[in-house]
Amino acid sequence: MKPSPFTYHRPGSIPEALEVLAELGDAGKVLAGGQSLVPLMSMRLAAPAHLVDINHLTELDTVEVTDTYVRVGAIARHSRVGRDQAAYDAIPLLRQGLLNVAHPTIRNRGTTVGSIVHADPAAEMPAVLVLLGGTVELRGVNGKRDVAAGDFFVGPMESATRPDELAVAVMFRRPPHGSGSAFVELARRHGDYAMCGVGAVVGTDAEDSITSARVALISVGAGPVLVDVTEAITGSGGAFDEPALIRLVDERIDPETDIHASSEYRRHLAHVLTRRALDMAREHALRRRRERGA
Amino acid sequence: MEAEALVHVEFTVNGRPHELEIPARRLLSDTLRHDLRLTGTHVGCEHGVCGACTVLLDGDPVRSCLVFAVTMQGADITTVEGCCTPGGGMGPVQQAFQDCHALQCGFCTPGFITTITGYLEENADPTAEEAREAIAGNLCRCTGYQNIVAAVQRAAQLKQAQLKARDAT
Repeated sequence: MKPSPFTYHRPGSIPEALEVLAELGDAGKVLAGGQSLVPLMSMRLAAPAHLVDINHLTELDTVEVTDTYVRVGAIARHSRVGRDQAAYDAIPLLRQGLLNVAHPTIRNRGTTVGSIVHADPAAEMPAVLVLLGGTVELRGVNGKRDVAAGDFFVGPMESATRPDELAVAVMFRRPPHGSGSAFVELARRHGDYAMCGVGAVVGTDAEDSITSARVALISVGAGPVLVDVTEAITGSGGAFDEPALIRLVDERIDPETDIHASSEYRRHLAHVLTRRALDMAREHALRRRRERGA
Repeated sequence: MEAEALVHVEFTVNGRPHELEIPARRLLSDTLRHDLRLTGTHVGCEHGVCGACTVLLDGDPVRSCLVFAVTMQGADITTVEGCCTPGGGMGPVQQAFQDCHALQCGFCTPGFITTITGYLEENADPTAEEAREAIAGNLCRCTGYQNIVAAVQRAAQLKQAQLKARDAT
């Protein structure tokens, strides 16, 4: 359970980090919180020759809230993002998702941006990003580029980030007024990887009816699976056409069988948790509406 | 075979500054135990599941087996050896573990002590449910957790009493 040897780099600035990454190319790997990378290295499932430690680039320890988005810097820890009241007021789903990420002790070191770049299909924050929409800001020695949430997750543990690029921040788009959200998941053990998890965002109108609905599912595909279920809304209030809802989800997910759960069981969880997340999201929207009205 | 390159790093453990030359791949848990001989920090699973190796990093609980010691440049680390009173006696969490019989074999205890010490800084008066959530990331194979949950609340009481006594003097 010891990692193999590697060469350690501790750049003092972002430009320096980008130069080191450009020089190393495929041999280099960025180390942020390391809460996924270090155990992978200890189990020798990963053995990067060089690690570029960005933990001392304090200019990346940021959570910014504007009228249109919440921007999280590359070394903002999950716990900090989750505690940030302005970020919560702007996008409650950030905290709702984060509370499902492992345990508080892991969240004290793990970073939200790192979790997104790691692109684990069982991870919550990639699902939160695709659900809200937004961009990942990538920087390299040759400039910067923004990758849209929908294009960022390429496959299991694979993002659009190139080896010589550093993800400096992620921008989460704020949902419109009248929105509600929820995140639910089921794991074998509290805080463990979810067998299935579902985040939901719904829009409601002044009559408390759902006008739009989206879910993002984890652990049932190669990455976070975004499904727009708006067309399954039926009548007024919070009702969904259940067979239509389940069909929409089934068309998109592709759960696998592993030691923790069979594919059939994951599919069952996807159905149950989707309904539960949508119900909770609608209740959340109504509660927020009342709080604002009051 | 070429000798492994050493990296210079400086950080504080339990108030004492340390300067080390260590291989980059050395986990903080191993540095604490082998380089600094602070064997109070226990290593259980060594991949972030059991919580036995938890230490406080700038006051917040983290798994010492999930960080490389070389990344701790400038950090202020507290291990279970630092969770005592200034005079070296048992700290409130340690005292509560004794009062409530919250340990049996004791292997997981250092991780609980540090986790709870950090937690009481953010929640000074936890309910039983909050106490359970606070220790959810630590595994104990002996006790069945009931007495540990009780110890979290007992520690909160002891700490409050200590603070009051200090304010009174």
